[in-house]
Amino acid sequence: MSLFDYKLSELHGMLHKKEISVSDLVDESFKRIHEVEEKVQAFLTLNEEQARAKAKELDEKLATEKEFGLLFGMPIGIKDNIVTKGLRTTCASKILYNFDPIYDATVVERLNEADAVTIGKLNMDEFAMGSSTENSGFQLTRNPWDLERVPGGSSGGSAAAVAAGEVPFALGSDTGGSIRQPAAFCGVVGLKPTYGRVSRYGLVAFASSLDQIGPITRNVEDNAYLLQVISGVDPMDSTSANVDVPDYVSALTGDIQGLKIAVPKEYLGEGVSEEVRQSVLNALKVLEGLGATWEEVSLPHSKYALATYYLLASSEASANLARFDGVRYGYRTDNAKNLMEMYKQTRSEGFGNEVKRRIMLGTFALSSGYYDAYYKKAQKVRTLIKQDFENVFEKYDVIIGPTTPTPAFKIGEKTNDPLTMYANDILTIPVNLAGVPGISVPCGFVNGLPVGLQIIGKHFDESTIYRVAHAFEQATDYHKQKPTL
Amino acid sequence: MSRISIEQVKHVAHLARLAITEEEAAMFAKQLDAIITFAEQLNELDTENVPPTSHVLNMKNVMREDVPTAGLPLEDVLKNAPDHQDGQFRVPAILE
Repeated sequence: MSLFDYKLSELHGMLHKKEISVSDLVDESFKRIHEVEEKVQAFLTLNEEQARAKAKELDEKLATEKEFGLLFGMPIGIKDNIVTKGLRTTCASKILYNFDPIYDATVVERLNEADAVTIGKLNMDEFAMGSSTENSGFQLTRNPWDLERVPGGSSGGSAAAVAAGEVPFALGSDTGGSIRQPAAFCGVVGLKPTYGRVSRYGLVAFASSLDQIGPITRNVEDNAYLLQVISGVDPMDSTSANVDVPDYVSALTGDIQGLKIAVPKEYLGEGVSEEVRQSVLNALKVLEGLGATWEEVSLPHSKYALATYYLLASSEASANLARFDGVRYGYRTDNAKNLMEMYKQTRSEGFGNEVKRRIMLGTFALSSGYYDAYYKKAQKVRTLIKQDFENVFEKYDVIIGPTTPTPAFKIGEKTNDPLTMYANDILTIPVNLAGVPGISVPCGFVNGLPVGLQIIGKHFDESTIYRVAHAFEQATDYHKQKPTL
Repeated sequence: MSRISIEQVKHVAHLARLAITEEEAAMFAKQLDAIITFAEQLNELDTENVPPTSHVLNMKNVMREDVPTAGLPLEDVLKNAPDHQDGQFRVPAILE
């Protein structure tokens, strides 16, 4: 039994009754980290001294004050592409191996205001480019359900840390599935919010038109609390949307009577394993039992999403990653005679192969003579993909399918062929291209490995997604299972 | 026919300020060729009259009042620099 088997609302009850202290919660995190981290390797940097000091401060606040933040005392891990003032932030890249941020990301500021406790920074694929966390420049994170398998990616450290019980809350980022896919592989709850719902200020940019920060937790209610804290417009991010933030937790009514579900035939077809398909069909039966109805629909441009994504995301990345040049921060090569050589050597020594591959693909797609054929073409197909979703959402409340075509794969299984690795994201990528929100919740096990159910909603309708995910969770036991480590 | 030659890969690497070896150039040429060939399936679609999407929300120019605020302290700005001198970033010779 761990304290993190309790939900936030239960832990807050225990704190107020003085049954536990914030220091107990923080102790629980570090105790578990010392027990299992050698196997899981989810964290790149720990914040132990500061976290324990913060816990003491919050315990004093608990004794003397009346007003508490929404995440009061909750231990949280943060993906290492979100900047934290004074706490090393590397993007799992050698090029930022020593980077000490001089400000907090907006989401981190909001966590601090909400009285959360930062436990450490979590491993990821370098610059969030990857689907297995194998592209980390520093270490291999393992799936807590099977240490021979990947945790997914790019937020693999975030999902693994939550699944392993090291922290009850984590932040990830999702550009093409990087929150939902690792959440599915690790059997936890991960939400990619609507584009613009959460400020990207302080998120090291990969593909600015697709990136969103989002919560990873053990259960839907905790997920809703964390999104509540980080949501909302921010003057520091002009792409954050000036749209009201509803009370997400109040949407968790358990009532989905009359809900209209669309199930795209493209999401249960070729490439999706039979076991995953069965898990999703079983989940639909559960939802039917709760009063929802579902029909098969088509998102006809789904098959073009992968190509569209790699052209657009790589193009944006090639521009965004131009800033890593050895001048203002991060790694600089020792052996360069002039400025041009310094740029080239620094970047070649600092970036891993997947990052180089995508920078070159993007540079190519944006270069003179190829821009119209590749980049602009992809932007047009993006419009068609977005329209597919708009058409379906005219008649349905949510779209449901699997999060991934298969459960977690073996370490090393897909590292030789970039296209095989990319294909793993075919069910999550369209959601980023359309800018809509999506969640992954546990919906079954195949040979002891978790399977994720993906629930996709309309722009800014995270509430409905949460309502459905929560109703499903209450009717099933999948989220209560824990890996043995 | 390959979509991208080794020479093109070297040119792109130069544009992206990446130094790559002959071996890497051959490897990236092969991999990028496979990805670009795959991406050309988009040509199956007629997009003549489809507007491009660069942003998924209907947002236009986001304006704010032009109010001066304090910038970052120089000490902070230089804190992560590999090399600096007299309050400025220092780099190797630009001209030989």
